[in-house]
Order: sequence, then C-alpha cells, then structure tokens
Amino acid sequence: MGEFLTGWLGPAEWEAVRLSARVALWATLVSLPLGVVTAHVLARYEFPGKQILNGLVHLPLILPPVVTGYLLLVLLGRQGPLGQFLDQWFGITVAFRWTGAAVAAGVMAFPLMVRAIRLAIEAVDPKLEQAASTLGASRLWVFLTVTLPLILPGIIAGAILAFAKAIGEFGATITFVSNIPGQTQTMPLAIYAFLQVPGGQESAMRLVIVAIIIAMGALLLSEFVARRVARKVGGL
Amino acid sequence: MSLALQVRHQLGAFALDVDVTAPPGVTVLFGPSGSGKTTLVNAVAGLLRPDQGRIAAGDWVLFDTAARRWLPPHKRRLGYIFQEARLFPHMSVRQNLLYGRWFAPRAARGESLERVVDLLGIGHLLTRRPGALSGGEKQRVAIGRALLAGPRLILADEPLAALDEDRKAEILPYFERLRDEVSVPILYVSHSSAEVARLATTVIALREGRVAAMGPPAQVLADASVVGVRELASVLRARVDAHHADGLSELATAAGVLHLPRVAEPVGARIRVRIMGHEVILSREAPVGLSALNILRGTIAEIQPGKGPAARVVLAVGEERLTARVTRRAVQALGLEPGQTCHAILKSVAVAPEDVGKGRWSERAE
Repeated sequence: MGEFLTGWLGPAEWEAVRLSARVALWATLVSLPLGVVTAHVLARYEFPGKQILNGLVHLPLILPPVVTGYLLLVLLGRQGPLGQFLDQWFGITVAFRWTGAAVAAGVMAFPLMVRAIRLAIEAVDPKLEQAASTLGASRLWVFLTVTLPLILPGIIAGAILAFAKAIGEFGATITFVSNIPGQTQTMPLAIYAFLQVPGGQESAMRLVIVAIIIAMGALLLSEFVARRVARKVGGL
Repeated sequence: MSLALQVRHQLGAFALDVDVTAPPGVTVLFGPSGSGKTTLVNAVAGLLRPDQGRIAAGDWVLFDTAARRWLPPHKRRLGYIFQEARLFPHMSVRQNLLYGRWFAPRAARGESLERVVDLLGIGHLLTRRPGALSGGEKQRVAIGRALLAGPRLILADEPLAALDEDRKAEILPYFERLRDEVSVPILYVSHSSAEVARLATTVIALREGRVAAMGPPAQVLADASVVGVRELASVLRARVDAHHADGLSELATAAGVLHLPRVAEPVGARIRVRIMGHEVILSREAPVGLSALNILRGTIAEIQPGKGPAARVVLAVGEERLTARVTRRAVQALGLEPGQTCHAILKSVAVAPEDVGKGRWSERAE
C-alpha cells in the first residue's frame, strides 16, 4: 500500500498526506481526554459560568476559521503571551511548525467532538450512576466503570468526526502556521497550492482522491466500531 | 440493629417531617404515592440531603446535622434495590453481582457469591447480560447485587411495583428468605398491604410526609385510618399442621384451626396469613349447615362505625385479633356490642396465595 502510494503520488504529495495524517492523529488523541472531561462537565454539572464555557467550546464552530487562526497566532505565536511562556519554560514552539498545525486542527475539531460525546453522556440514565454510587463507587469510579463504557460509541463517533475535521482543516491552519511544504502543508493546503501553479491540477486531483478515500474509510470504520461497541454495551 | 430516622426536609410545597426509631428486622415504609416514602429512603441512601435531622443504623451514623456529619452515598455501605432493577447493561450478571464487592472493605464481605446465587436461584444466569433477562430475573440479580456489596442496611424502594402478579409472587419469597436468613436490617418501601402483611416486622405508615401510625403489621393493617376501609385486614400467625388430600392445608393459629387452600410451605413451617376484613362474616349464634369451613368463636373487643355504610368490628379470638368489615345496619340488626360472644366465619377460598407468607415470629414486636 505504502509503496503503491509513494509510486503513484509525487514526493510532495506523499509528504502532504503523511503530514495530514500525523497532524490529525495528534490533534484527535491529545484533545480526546479533554473533550471527554469537558463533555462530562457540560452534561452533568451545573455551575456559574457554564454558559460561558459552553460558548468558548463552540466558538471555533461559529467564528470564521481565519479569525480562530489569527487568535491562535496572537496567543501562541512567538510574541504571544502563551507562546512566550511555552518557549521559555518548556522550549516548545508551535508557530510555523507541524505541532502548530495540530493545535489549529484540534481547536477547530474540538466542538464537534464535545457535542458528540455530550449527547452520548446525556443518553446515559443517571439512575444507573446513582445505583453504582449506592454500591460504594466514588464519583471517579462511577465515571470509569459505568459512564465511560456506556458512552464508548459516542466517544468513538466524536473522535472520528474530529479526525475527519482535522484532516480537512484549512483556514485556521493557513492563518496560524502558514503553508510551508514538509512542515505545515497538510493535504488541503497542498491541494490549494497545486491549484495555484500551472500544471498542478493532476497532483491536486490525486490528493482529492486520497482525501475521499480517507473520509469514506473513517466513516465506515466508525460505523463498524460503533455498532460492535453498541451491541456489547446494549446488554445483549 | 435499630434504625433511627429523624428527617425534616422541604421540597417545594411538600414537607417531610419524620422522627421514628424502628426495631431490628424488616421496616416497611407504607403509604400512598406522594406520602414521602421514596424521599425518606433516598435520604437514607444519601441521594438526597435533608435540611435537618439524623439518620443512623445502630451506631453507624449516616447523617447528623447537629454533628455536621453527612456521608456521601458511596461511603454508606448500603444495598439499594430499586423499583427498576438498574442493572449495568454493559456487564454480565456475574460482573453486576460482584460490582459492590470491589468497593466493600475486605472484612465486610458478608455473603459469598455461591450462597447468594444459591439463595436467589440465579446460577444459570451468571454469564448472561441483563438485556437477555426477564423482569423477575433482573430483580433477583438486583437483590443479589445489593446483598453482595456487604451492606449494613438494605434499602428496597417498591421492588415489586414494576412486575406483574406472577413475577411478584416469584420475587416476594426471596425477600422473605432475606429477612429470615440474612441478618441485615431492611428498609422496604411499599404501598401494598399484601407485602406489608407478608414481610414487615414493623410498619411505618406515612401520610403527607408525616408518620400516621407505626407498629407491627397486625396492628397497623387493622387501622382503617391508615389502610383505608377497603384494605382492612388481620394478620394471623400460623403453623402448618397438615396438608390434606382434598387440597386444603390445616393451620394452627392462636385463634383456632383454619383450613385454607393448599399453602406452599411444608408441614411445621411458621407462616403469616392475611385475612381481609370484608371476607369475614359475623354471626351471634354458632352457625350450622354452612358451607364455610372456618368458624372462630371470639369476643367483640371494639366496634367502630365508619363514615359510610360500613363498620369495623374487632374480635378477640384466643390471643389474636380478627378484624371484620360489616355494614352498620348489620351491627344494629344483630345488636352487636363490645364484650359479646360472636362467631367469625371465613370461607377458605377467600384467602389467596398472596395472602400467605413465610413468617418468623421471634422478631415481631408484641
């Protein structure tokens, strides 16, 4: 498969595919635990400022992606407050690196992930969680042994949705980390770049086909996994 | 282990104000819906934090506003059996049963899995998932799960209410076994006087958030202000003396010999029999040529006319009290008065199987 792809795709195209996969994977994996916690907090707790948190989470979904990208640049760029902090204390720079592309993709995909997981949590009967607590399980154990297994299909759906969104992220990425081949040029950015030069259409078309295959594959996989998990969780 | 319930709680327009101490055994919270039974049991479970009060099982204090003590539910060491079984759908029956055991202190693991599985007859279900169980099976597993958590107190909130009559008849005996074979106090919520008669050591009758009456079932079920005139009943202690070939069982009671349709318990077993007040016929003379098999001779202890056409007549028969519900006109026509000798007539077939339950009497408050 790999050999076929490297033979079929040009080196620049192949680079973009690999980079996209890496960016989307990291964006999904790192934001997943945070997404589960956020969804749980939004679904099960009442506290002052809940609507503000909810708004913040959803902001990237509503804002123009360029705005989100620019805000990330202001915050996380070399001169940005968070960027300086990360650079000085941890030696991490995300601006104009593939890690920055992953941050942009993660932020843009986060609302979709949280929505899917939150719906799953709200579908869990709180009476089951009550039953677990009367049997001696603390809140953390109730979450780990009852809530988490029951929302697994929702988590998988949320993760795959986020992965697909991260693969396709364009506006925030190009604004935040620019379009550097081999560093921040993910698939959509590469397609865009190929379309800007004469004779680049063939390369763009090949990447479009790869994008369609990845999207369809992710969708089918999520259906398959979610169905298997749902059967297990469904109590039959 | 006695159960102290002092709870004051305001819930919108509803106020719960209870202050009772129940003796060991099965305490049934009895009353119509909206009387505060579930609120009270949830306060014991810690699912609801009352405004004020103290809840303790023996010296195990779960809640005390004066001492600023409030244990969260998972530290209360309870076994809560809910109306709907609430089994965890993603776990097998065995995993459900052992769930509470993960969290119970090692020393507190009272019953073994083998014994509980045996007690409830659920051995063949262990590898199944809850989705594949019938309603009765689910509730049996829920009882086992509560039991295996090593509880200091078992709570049951109308555990039979969601089941049909056949399933009720299937589950009720398991609660009797729990009462008789497991030494954990039980707080049981019910609005069914049949369940009270069969299970209760003590009845706490609730009405609109307050205690309307409290005592042994024979006393509370004979109180029309608590159960309503239609449900007036006597609860007699009996011993099975013989099963006859014609389908009747001979029972010895302190009121005399009763012949009832074949009971499920073996000869020698101690049981309780609930006799509905409206099934009892009174006669001044010893009746002759009557098809009814059970004729008990007693003395009228009390006559209480009701608001409607009926009156409640309590007969002292031997050491027992038998409550009859007859019309006020009949009381007048027969000239019934306290102190008179009177005969109570009871058709054998008037006692349904649900009225007969196993009963250990030693714990009954006399």
